[in-house]
Amino acid sequence: MAPKLPPKAPLEHGNSITGGASAHEGEHHYRSGPLRWLLTTNHKEIGTLYLIFSLSMFMVGGIMALVVRLELFQPGLQMVQPEFFNQMTTMHGLIMIFGAVMPGFVGLANWMVPLQVGAPDMALPRLNNFSFWLLPIAFVLLLSTLLMPGGGPNFGWTSYAPLSTTYAPPSTTFFIFSLHMAGISSILGAINIIATILNLRAPGMRLMDMTLFVWTWLITAFLLIAVMPVLAGVLTMMLLDINFGTSFFNAAGGGDPVLFQHLFWFFGHPEVYIMILPAFGIVSVIVPTFARKPLFGYSSMVYATASIAVLSFTVWAHHMFSVGLPLVAELFFMYATMLIAVPTGVKVFNWIATLFRGSITFETAMLFALAFIVLFSIGGFSGLMLAIAPADFQYHDTYFVVAHFHYVLVPGAVFSIMAAVYYWLPKWTGHYPDERLGRWHFWLSVIGVNLLFFPMHFAGLAGMPRRIPDYALQFADFNMASSIGGFLFGFSQLLFIWVIVKCVRGGVKAPARSWDGATDLEWTVPSPAPLHTFETPPDMRRIES
Amino acid sequence: MSGGSYYVPASSKWPIFAGLALAAMLVGLGILLVYGWGSWIMGLGGVAILVVMGLWFRDVIKESRGGLYDAQMDRSFRWGMGWFIFSEVMFFAAFFGTLFYVRTFALPWLDGEGAKGVSALLWPDFAASWPLMNPPGSEIEGPRGIANPWQLPLVNTLFLVTSSITLTIAHEGLKAGHRDSARNCLIVTLILGVCFLLVQGFEYYEAYAHLGITLQAGIYGSTFFLLTGFHGAHVTVGAIILASMLWRLQCGHFERDNHFGFEAAAWYWHFVDVVWIGLFLFVYVF
Ligand code: HEM
Ligand SMILES: [Cu+2]
Repeated sequence: MAPKLPPKAPLEHGNSITGGASAHEGEHHYRSGPLRWLLTTNHKEIGTLYLIFSLSMFMVGGIMALVVRLELFQPGLQMVQPEFFNQMTTMHGLIMIFGAVMPGFVGLANWMVPLQVGAPDMALPRLNNFSFWLLPIAFVLLLSTLLMPGGGPNFGWTSYAPLSTTYAPPSTTFFIFSLHMAGISSILGAINIIATILNLRAPGMRLMDMTLFVWTWLITAFLLIAVMPVLAGVLTMMLLDINFGTSFFNAAGGGDPVLFQHLFWFFGHPEVYIMILPAFGIVSVIVPTFARKPLFGYSSMVYATASIAVLSFTVWAHHMFSVGLPLVAELFFMYATMLIAVPTGVKVFNWIATLFRGSITFETAMLFALAFIVLFSIGGFSGLMLAIAPADFQYHDTYFVVAHFHYVLVPGAVFSIMAAVYYWLPKWTGHYPDERLGRWHFWLSVIGVNLLFFPMHFAGLAGMPRRIPDYALQFADFNMASSIGGFLFGFSQLLFIWVIVKCVRGGVKAPARSWDGATDLEWTVPSPAPLHTFETPPDMRRIES
Repeated sequence: MSGGSYYVPASSKWPIFAGLALAAMLVGLGILLVYGWGSWIMGLGGVAILVVMGLWFRDVIKESRGGLYDAQMDRSFRWGMGWFIFSEVMFFAAFFGTLFYVRTFALPWLDGEGAKGVSALLWPDFAASWPLMNPPGSEIEGPRGIANPWQLPLVNTLFLVTSSITLTIAHEGLKAGHRDSARNCLIVTLILGVCFLLVQGFEYYEAYAHLGITLQAGIYGSTFFLLTGFHGAHVTVGAIILASMLWRLQCGHFERDNHFGFEAAAWYWHFVDVVWIGLFLFVYVF
């Protein structure tokens, strides 16, 4: 990766606000009007599209979660039929994972990776447009299954066979195709991100000069390319079992329903790291900015991320401890899972060490990042508890698991996306987000999320199974608290939308370097970032010397 | 790295059309499978995909021949194609994993092997074997016979391996500027690919008509058609790509030092060839 043709350009300051300023091709008349968004190849516009899509799916998935929480507010069946309840839990999971969290991170990557590596755009801009527009198409199809005869998918986001084959509603075939499309979108998006990072870095920027956000995305993209095809494969086998009479997951024909679980979790566990590694990157960028200190242990962060990614291929069966695995498998997957806690611990340690003796301020972005560190760790610890195979026989398929993965996903992945939005809004819009509203949003979210998910630990330990519309009376108090927290958290997100809309429309003007502790490359271009930046790449070798 | 000449295309309408075409094909197929109609939607979508891809690539070729791309762009394409092929490797890995899992674990366990062997209680008379001629459930009829790997499959192996060699010769010819030899070798490659597909088609006919190997014949038929079917689909796609490379060669598109389209097609073909070796060994021989 040694730089070969170094142009002696000064640090670029985004010279083409009007768009026509580039000399080398003169092709920059971008469309206006609605078609512009359909046909755009610009990484910033596509990033915006991804983020808007993610936010809308967050709302749709959120409403489904509130339907679930409404039904669980009290024991007994009040609001919805069990069949519909199952569709809501399934759709909620699918939409949040594939529609909200993953596209949210991809949107951030689209916006920020080129800006942080000094590239003019993504490496393959037309492919980028394709990756994005597949998503709305896929999700319209997915949502439409709710209206089909027999209803939408009702077997949980994990789609275990034979629930998802022999006993599945007819719409399952469409569910499979919609996930195929979302998967193609992810794979192509990941290819684009890898090509951008490996090939479009500014001259002189070595791999170990990249920000942690770029690093974590490089590794995430690798994970995506490695496991999304496996998901596509297992979904295809489902399709064949349903429609062509094959026996992959049917023991009567010599197949095995457990095989489904192996294949699914070989995808599924790396998938959860796909949803958390970019979050690690975001926090590793935000914490140093507001602690006004360089990140502690940069290279150990990189190695920790890489080892998490490698290990994530060796732990999948910790989701299957109670399915009847051979003893050696139980032991292997138990120890391998615990091993992952080591690099994860390195990360948490480094963030805290970065804070140590920093001159810390508590802007909203920082608040979310700090909450991430604390609350994600809670999720990590409950993960460790679940990793103990003999103990998992008690926890498995209870609300304890629900508490675990919601702690890592909501105050984990989702909070990191919110932190990133507060952090980069000045760069995107040219205005600072409203701090007062931001703090309200933050505190309501933190209180809501803990009230929502903490009691689930207790309900789960006491034995409440997951994915049920009705429950025994002794779980009533925990569930009522969770439901109240759920509605609090859900409605606080309206504040988030308000902050964003307000910030897009106006507010305190932000300079190029919007946060005084921010040092990365994106802060050298004006705020808001012009449509085209780094058309001539910045020369990073100058900074080195 | 970049000297500031990296080409960023203006807006393009092909991606969104490609997305809609793909959706039409899949939705059409879904309607066909679930409700029994909709084949015309699927067909329309399929044709649209080909047309849109053609137009999309036409733009890329135009830009490339117009000199808009630099060495850095070339590297982007290389990374892109390389990682795409890696994703295909993982796709097939899932299917090979299935085959190994069934053979090493699932069937022996059904037969009572292992510490617990509970699943053996389901069908006490079941005896594991591979190829699985008698599936556990009596409602599923197993295959009556299996293909001899040393006949047609071996022939097919020879076809594909030879085609990889002729393709490499074609590539070397292109690099040396021998356009005619490149063209001839490419034609031979294509013919070998088509022969492979014909033999495969005949094998499928034999399987269905005489051997009783069908999709419904239990796990042997399932894995057999899963692996060979997706491989065959990839050979078909690869042949279509090679055919368009032949056409481009005839148009005089490739330079001695600038022909990544051809190279990418060759990478893809070699990948398909390697997958076949795996298939030949683990689906047919062992
Ligand atoms: C210290 C790291 C972690 C450990 C040791 C760990 C361990 C586990 C274990 C053992 C289970 C299975 C529990 C059961 O079903 O009985 C589980 C479930 C789960 N984990 Fe984690 N985990 C960790 C981090 C994460 C992260 C970072 C995420 C996502 C961002 C995550 C998401 C999930 C999800 C979604 C499930 C449940 C899937 C389902 O059954 O629907 N975990 N975890
Ligand atoms: Cu896991």
